[in-house]
Amino acid sequence: MTAGPGSAFYPRDLARHPAALTPGYKSSTLRAPQKAPISFENALGEMTGPVFGHAMIGPQDNDLIVNYARPGETALGERIIVHGKVLDEDARPVPGALIEVWQANAGGRYRHKNDGYLAPLDPNFGGCGRTLTGADGGYGLRTIRPGPYPWPNGVNDWRPAHIHFSIFGHGFAQRLITQMYFEGDPHIALCPIVQTISDPGAIDQLVARLDMDNTIPFDARAYRFDIVLRGRRSTPFENRPEGN
Amino acid sequence: MARLKETVSQTAGPYVHIGCVPSFAGLKGVYGGADPGARMITGEAKGERITISGHVYDGAGAPLRDALIEIWQADAAGLFKTPGGAGDGAPKPDPHFTGWGRQPTDASSGRYEFRTVKPGPVPWPDGRMQAPHIALWIVARGINLGLHTRLYFPDEPEANARDPLLQRIEHKSRIPTLIATPLAGGYSFDIHLQGDLETVFFDV
Repeated sequence: MTAGPGSAFYPRDLARHPAALTPGYKSSTLRAPQKAPISFENALGEMTGPVFGHAMIGPQDNDLIVNYARPGETALGERIIVHGKVLDEDARPVPGALIEVWQANAGGRYRHKNDGYLAPLDPNFGGCGRTLTGADGGYGLRTIRPGPYPWPNGVNDWRPAHIHFSIFGHGFAQRLITQMYFEGDPHIALCPIVQTISDPGAIDQLVARLDMDNTIPFDARAYRFDIVLRGRRSTPFENRPEGN
Repeated sequence: MARLKETVSQTAGPYVHIGCVPSFAGLKGVYGGADPGARMITGEAKGERITISGHVYDGAGAPLRDALIEIWQADAAGLFKTPGGAGDGAPKPDPHFTGWGRQPTDASSGRYEFRTVKPGPVPWPDGRMQAPHIALWIVARGINLGLHTRLYFPDEPEANARDPLLQRIEHKSRIPTLIATPLAGGYSFDIHLQGDLETVFFDV
């Protein structure tokens, strides 16, 4: 049997994901469910998910340097390419996965009415992008490296430079939102949001690596960020009685 | 071969709208068209049109005004859209219904609203039928891993009583947290992240 739309996903390793209640990240305190989630095996609604086609993706959607810029202009900041593969836990490519990203500008300011940081908005930078993975699970985005910024948690907490990623695999149970960090950023170890994750290996998996092989000389540096979604069991349906 | 490990979650943060509902966030025209998931009914979809609305409340009873909710459901006949298609000979899901919706909670009131159709029943892995339901996924600042829950319908008491997942909930007093309330033209469904009314969340 091959893993397909009728196959259940491997259970999520909740010990590796951040816990719901992480007091160092104060916003979790009133928003963390206090009761244990109830586990159940995947039914069709968990094994299936929305299908996105290339028709929805415009030619500049994956290029944050130009997708909000005035004609002929580009966003300010360090030009970078972020690329990688979306794989499942069995290292199979996940094609057709919708990736949506959002980020602050080079000064660490978001184009959002709730962000009042001192750093100025860049008139040529919106801060969102999206793309679909190819047949090999590969994706690529062009953007500027976001700036670190202070945030109200402790009196002097700063977020490491990061890009938010939202990823759809092929099943609603694979749905994932996470953040990508940059290799060598000293704020990673200091950040209360990063530190909601207790497993150092899981944090390391969120850190993109400088990729000189794919850096475009005199243009843009490349960072590599691979994403792993839950894999599927290869036994399609299980017909076991309740309670077993 | 050694299995890879799933990339772990991080909070969607307070600015999730920029990436997921950019028009709502004021970045109109960056992609063109409506925000993804804004329209679930794209034509003459079969079934009863319903509106699902409500709030997401924190442990102090305040509505979240920065949350994002996604829903995923079967069509009126109980069929899900499937990547790669339904397969030869299999019944085809409604072509005028996407099954997937995405809405922010309002930045002032915290209210969310989906316009959809009432789903049909779908099977449980052992072949029994589940009651009609809608799966919800909630992300926001302060939520470290997206929360899965389900909405069931108040006008389906027999199906709800037989539903294999509802039957699994040990504390029966918590089941009403998953049952919507009738409202003109649809249903209201409030989500409570904490407290006596804490919604049942699922590890799917």
